[in-house]
Amino acid sequence: MVSTDRAPTPTIVIVRRLLWAAVALAALVGSIIFFAPKDEPEATRAYADTFGGPFTLTAPDGSAVSNRTLAGKPYAIFFGFTRCPEVCPTTLARMASLRQQLGPDGMKFDIVFVSVDPEHDKPADIGSYISLFKTPIYGLTGSPAQLAQIRKGYGVYVKKVPIEGGDYTIDHTAAIFLMDARGKFVTTIDYHENDRTALEKLKRIVAEASAAPEAGQKP
Amino acid sequence: MTFVTRLAAIALLSAAATPLLAQSVTAGKLVIDQAWSRQTAPTQKVGGGFLSITNKGKTADRLVSATSPVATEVQLHTMSMDGGVMRMRQMKDGIAIPAGKTVELKPGGLHVMFIGLKRPLAVGDSVPVKLRFARQGEVQVRFKVQPVGATGPAEARHGQH
Repeated sequence: MVSTDRAPTPTIVIVRRLLWAAVALAALVGSIIFFAPKDEPEATRAYADTFGGPFTLTAPDGSAVSNRTLAGKPYAIFFGFTRCPEVCPTTLARMASLRQQLGPDGMKFDIVFVSVDPEHDKPADIGSYISLFKTPIYGLTGSPAQLAQIRKGYGVYVKKVPIEGGDYTIDHTAAIFLMDARGKFVTTIDYHENDRTALEKLKRIVAEASAAPEAGQKP
Repeated sequence: MTFVTRLAAIALLSAAATPLLAQSVTAGKLVIDQAWSRQTAPTQKVGGGFLSITNKGKTADRLVSATSPVATEVQLHTMSMDGGVMRMRQMKDGIAIPAGKTVELKPGGLHVMFIGLKRPLAVGDSVPVKLRFARQGEVQVRFKVQPVGATGPAEARHGQH
């Protein structure tokens, strides 16, 4: 063995240095894993077949609406909250306008709005809110657990941010997710995307549903 | 119809038409126009307001706060899209209005936020808002309420002109 009163051989020095480098690397990797924010936006992650997944939520009239209720028709699903002054009304109004521009095909897909604010948004609040947009919209909310499940399924980032006066706002994923008649993810419509490409995408999910009539039936 | 009654009718019509147009307010070197807001649902307690502020002077000013009788509080906010996530933040230091520049508060960015609405904002309403600037002081403006689908001050009507 190596005694301490003797200078280490070059080989031992190299081995030691390598070992220290390995320790440093392990510490670095470990701290990255440990300290990485757990609530990072997940919207950009790879969309697998499992995207979306089962959910059960509550409609304004108190009835339950699940992924099975929506099956048989493609849908555009968006997450927001009724007290959101900007992106939410803009997006819902836009969906209503895109639906109108599609003419008869406009009713061949559903529009679904899911609250990210169970603390404030009760079914009646959602009902009153979506009625502003003058087109049929599934306005859904649920228990914190139910909403957590659907958010996880859709990789939706949600973060409550306090504002002055004890109130709060909510940072959240603002993409519109387009799902086919089987509830499988097809694509997204981005907030900044122009109407032309958004219409093309909606036409695509409607056409695919019409081309596959077996998927066009409610189970 | 006599000339006088015709004139009166025209005057009445113009008076009735005025509230439909984006109103411009000049206060010192500041010109504020296109102040508008979106209608809100009966249960909605917040709403966004938008406007354009032009500083024709040689000195920078700053919009520091706002108040309105329709809301318990009015805050200045900004909104941004970051990796598909909408983030809203309060502009605690207000909004800078540089000399010779126009600052637009519009959907997708800066806005005035009405918090604790005492009644819903209905289409056609004209909401009084007192803006307070660091240099210019208080300026009273009226925000015209547009349908929820509006993206600008009076787009539906501009098509008619």
